[in-house]
Amino acid sequence: MSVTSIRERMSGNEAVAEAIRQVNPDVMPAFPITPSTEIPQMVSSFIAGGKIDTEFIPVESEHSAMSAAIGSEAAGARTMTATSSAGLALMWEELLLAASNRLPIVLTLVNRTLSGPININCDHSDGMGARDTGWIQIYAENNQEAYDNYIQAFPIAEDKRVHLPVMICQDGFITSHAVENILLLPDEQVKEFVGTYEPEEYLLQPGKPIAVGPYSISAYAMEAKKAQAVAMENAREVIKEVADRFAQMSGRQYGFFESYRLEDAEYVMLIMGSAAGTAKQAVDELRESGVKAGVLKLRVFRPFPEKEIAEALKNAKAVAIMDRVESYNGNCGPLGSEVTAGLFRNKVFIDTVCYTYGLAGRDFTTDNVKEIFGELQGLVCEGKQVPHNRYIGLRTREEQ
Amino acid sequence: MNNTLEIRWHGRGGQGAKTAALLLADVAFMTGKNVQGFPEYGPERMGAPITAFNRISQDPIRVHSNIYEPDFVAVVDETLLASVNVTDGLSEQGAIIINTPKSAEEVRGQLRGYQGKVITIDARGISEHTLGKNFPNTPMLAAVVAVTGVMKKDDFFKQMKDSFAHKFAKKPQVIDGNMKALEMAYMVAEKAI
Repeated sequence: MSVTSIRERMSGNEAVAEAIRQVNPDVMPAFPITPSTEIPQMVSSFIAGGKIDTEFIPVESEHSAMSAAIGSEAAGARTMTATSSAGLALMWEELLLAASNRLPIVLTLVNRTLSGPININCDHSDGMGARDTGWIQIYAENNQEAYDNYIQAFPIAEDKRVHLPVMICQDGFITSHAVENILLLPDEQVKEFVGTYEPEEYLLQPGKPIAVGPYSISAYAMEAKKAQAVAMENAREVIKEVADRFAQMSGRQYGFFESYRLEDAEYVMLIMGSAAGTAKQAVDELRESGVKAGVLKLRVFRPFPEKEIAEALKNAKAVAIMDRVESYNGNCGPLGSEVTAGLFRNKVFIDTVCYTYGLAGRDFTTDNVKEIFGELQGLVCEGKQVPHNRYIGLRTREEQ
Repeated sequence: MNNTLEIRWHGRGGQGAKTAALLLADVAFMTGKNVQGFPEYGPERMGAPITAFNRISQDPIRVHSNIYEPDFVAVVDETLLASVNVTDGLSEQGAIIINTPKSAEEVRGQLRGYQGKVITIDARGISEHTLGKNFPNTPMLAAVVAVTGVMKKDDFFKQMKDSFAHKFAKKPQVIDGNMKALEMAYMVAEKAI
């Protein structure tokens, strides 16, 4: 199959809005919050201009946005919304209900730190905070991936084996507000790829009444939760199938993660989001000076691909696990805990150092990456003591 | 990133330094380049110092950090020279382009010992002359293109004409003024290099 691409340039928010225009979902309830505000704004313009016939519901809060999304998806309408930071936090209760009711809602999350201190810039505390709400989570490095992931979200969420909501994440400002090159797909190809939404069961179906979200007694509730966990397991194969089908259309192949120069890598950085590009650039420069460095860029955080990660890291000497969130648990961030647990259970006993970086928009540079690889080398080659849980890019009192 | 041209813009919130960076990304994209144009958001308010950045390259651009060692710096508001270290990390082989009616010699003293090229352009004067209002973006953009040589002069003017025709479809009377602002600024900057 030949690949048709349209060369364009746009920001990450524009890229997602463009994907929404192409998908033309039935309903979008949304409440604006920086840095995702442009998405509902642009979708509203598309609707006003007659480009799409999505029903836009201007709600009074994110709590209502997710409540309305649950209602409309339960009624049988393909539904999506967008938010960031405190907006996602205000959706909390409903996030869990959307997943429990097995509603394939798509939420585009433009990652921004949670208060406090109050700040509008990027880190992953919003998305990571929602890590156990039962949503599939897919993270993007740049505008291209935000666009590509968004298009793949609907076939993943709506697959009968899955029936779970999907969160498509991109880094606030760094990706959402940066104009970069992108390759778009023709409208009709995207529409065909996503297909028509045909839910098997929904509320507005005469003669086939169902209940959504009723009280579940203890004799059934645990089974319901297990069924939800099985759906998350099933999502693994569906994510792969959808990625393969997407590759045929676009020429861009995705998986649970991207392995960058990993084959012979002795030192690896495991990282998610826009900083992965910075890490790849630094790795190329380190390779030129003889350091066998590589990057594992995690794309799918939920379901968590622990076996595949362990397999990819088994020949490395040390890995730096990068969390763009502080978990305040005296241990390390979510990626740190889950990756190290996965390595241990799969009997991959390599050195690990968990780093916290980029909180509340703190810049992350190629120099930071090189410093970290230097620490990994020092740990392995010279037996230097490195604490298991480190900060990178923290300013000293003098620097402030 | 040896093949990547890196530019840092300094302005004040509301003056359009971010817009200028996005415009530059736009025209560079039109001439076939890989581009990046992005702002750094501090406390967002009118008049606060802001920075915006461009990377322009033949190769795909992967780095997503700010620019600390730019090849070129553009200063949209000369009052920033007193409060912001605008030449911080700037390549001595590059240049700084400043919106001011003063000469390069007159402002060099404020550049904390920067030894590279200093190019001044009266973007405000040009804008007021050609557009009747102070829109320093357009002349600054032309000066940056002239000084960096990021694209051919003819390509730049052709792209900008198309872009203005699109942008000002409903008020075509301002297209000529904008084109004139570009031409005047380009000429001044070309001579100064």
